[in-house]
Amino acid sequence: MQSSKLVVSALTLTLALGIGGCGKKDGAGGEVIRIGSVAPLTGPQTHIGKDNENGARLAVDEINAKGLELGGKKVKLELLGEDDQAEPKTATIVAQKLVDAGVVAVIGHLNSGTTIPASKIYHDAGIPQISPSATAVAYTAQGYKTAYRVMANDAQQGKALGEFAVNKMGARKIAIIDDRTAYGQGLADQFEKAARAVGGVMVAREFTNDRATDFSAILTSIKGKAPDLIFFAGMDPQGGPMAKQMKSLGLTARMLGGDGLQNANFVKLAGADAEGVVASSPGLPIDSMPGGPEFRGKFEAKYGVIQVYAPYAYDAVYALVTAMQRADSAEPAKVLAELPNTDLQGVSGPVKFDAKGDTVGGAVTLYEVRDGAWQVLETVN
Amino acid sequence: MDIFIQQLVNGLVLGSIYALVALGYTMVYGILELINFAHGEVTMIGAMVALTVIGLLVGVAPDLPGILVVLGGILVAIPACMLLAFSIEKVAYRPLRKAPRLAPLITAIGVSIILQNLAMLIWGRQYVSFPPLLPTMQFELLGAHISLLQIVIMALAVSIMAGLWILVERTRLGRAMRATAQSKEVAGLMGVNVDRVISATFIIGAAIAAIAGVMVSAYYGLAHYYMGFMLGLKAFSAAVLGGIGNIAGAMLGGLLLGVIEALGAGYIGDITGGFLGSHYQDVFAFFVLIAVLVFRPSGLLGERVANRA
Repeated sequence: MQSSKLVVSALTLTLALGIGGCGKKDGAGGEVIRIGSVAPLTGPQTHIGKDNENGARLAVDEINAKGLELGGKKVKLELLGEDDQAEPKTATIVAQKLVDAGVVAVIGHLNSGTTIPASKIYHDAGIPQISPSATAVAYTAQGYKTAYRVMANDAQQGKALGEFAVNKMGARKIAIIDDRTAYGQGLADQFEKAARAVGGVMVAREFTNDRATDFSAILTSIKGKAPDLIFFAGMDPQGGPMAKQMKSLGLTARMLGGDGLQNANFVKLAGADAEGVVASSPGLPIDSMPGGPEFRGKFEAKYGVIQVYAPYAYDAVYALVTAMQRADSAEPAKVLAELPNTDLQGVSGPVKFDAKGDTVGGAVTLYEVRDGAWQVLETVN
Repeated sequence: MDIFIQQLVNGLVLGSIYALVALGYTMVYGILELINFAHGEVTMIGAMVALTVIGLLVGVAPDLPGILVVLGGILVAIPACMLLAFSIEKVAYRPLRKAPRLAPLITAIGVSIILQNLAMLIWGRQYVSFPPLLPTMQFELLGAHISLLQIVIMALAVSIMAGLWILVERTRLGRAMRATAQSKEVAGLMGVNVDRVISATFIIGAAIAAIAGVMVSAYYGLAHYYMGFMLGLKAFSAAVLGGIGNIAGAMLGGLLLGVIEALGAGYIGDITGGFLGSHYQDVFAFFVLIAVLVFRPSGLLGERVANRA
């Protein structure tokens, strides 16, 4: 029986590999500590997902090069990159996969829509999760002691955007489009609340999804309501073509977006129609970050242009590793006890957590596209 | 009123794109009764190849008029897609022609995944933007904005459909195609080279897909290794809506689906007072599809289902 022999040898091979993988010893005899990194590595948001993973990998490689000692033993970090496809259901599968692979912590996920369902799995397994980029308020509002983020949340960002739209851009009639993800929906709600509070009037609330490229129907419908400003809560793959279609439909309203739009790719996709678009990003502009220029140099030498969140993924790894160092252990329970005491000068700014796991005092910066590049307008604290 | 006309224009342009891609599905289904799920990816490859050529041309000859550059891209993309479709058929579908119908269907899904990943390896994960080469001329039609590109897309869709109809109904190859569709065995006995006819069907569908791919990326200003998936799904729905296997049906189904989507998304929020929003855009289109399939299972223009089975 040729086939059954094959099956047996395949099984043996798998077992051998499995045992090899569980050995947790590297060539030099040091212990290997596994950290998970989850972001979409396929699908429309791949470029941002890979950016997160690269940010985390840069930190891990640096720490390994310097050498890390925990409990008197030399250890080596290993980053396990997983792809959640920006899909909530895939997110829980890869989360479980990482837990089963014995990771001590997870850096991720990218999107709020994937971070929130995955956070329950990490919570149940008792391992810390630090998201570099999930901004939805709901993530840290679940009461999980394992959930942290290193970026300002949507309550802070939505408030800054809503007030800026009405007070600085002079918008009275506002239309909102969100992409129905946890991020888009959450940010749109926070924006609406803040804009209403300072006298903005919502004339339309339309929806799309994070795979769409055609927005002519909803934009035409919005055009009929003649708003001064259109706020889009979503990512650049949708925002780019949306800016184009706004112009070709003859819409004169200004376009405003959150951190999902504030990246180089948006300007590339929208081309000349990106001019005058305003978007926010939590934190300081990369060149104003304390370690920004240095980080940019290191990152670009290895991986090319920074998309958005790479510095945050990098800081997330350092927040985790410094907690490990204080605990002098990689044991999740001990690391979790130390994470609230984090006080780190990261590349993106100071990293400190409040009782919920949110970053303390996250700044929000507003940018406008001028002459084909994002220019800083102002930073709101 | 001008808003309604604008929505109609939006829908017709979107529908023309669906129709162009749907033609490829319907031709292959008409002859092989195979749903070629890799067709959406062929469209994507067409867009990507054209963009690569356009990028090269812009680099080599920056003074060349934009239209010629885009034309150059299309002229390379068409043979590239033809070759691709020919190889797909030969490698993936021909060996399975006598296998149960599920086998080539699963193979088609496999080919689609392979092409997506191949494109990701070649062109990267980034969105590739379409350079602003085409004139952005705009016309006003009863208060609606319509661009030159939109008119070109609609005109192209109609003329390609007409050309295809003439090919199938009026030429020798077309007669061989129709004969093969009725019965491969009998057509073979009558001296039709069935393998060649099937290859020709795939190749023609791919050429149209290449043009559609370039149109889509020019219209939305971007291309991406992932773009063929949803486009293929919608085009497939359009083909089923119109009656799969029927060329005029693909056109009708495409246009109808486009208009339903545009009007549905544009008005559902206002009509239901915000109870249902524009996120039901796709639901609306597929709801109509289900309704048609329940009351007219062969699609709007489809026939001959009973005597096929």
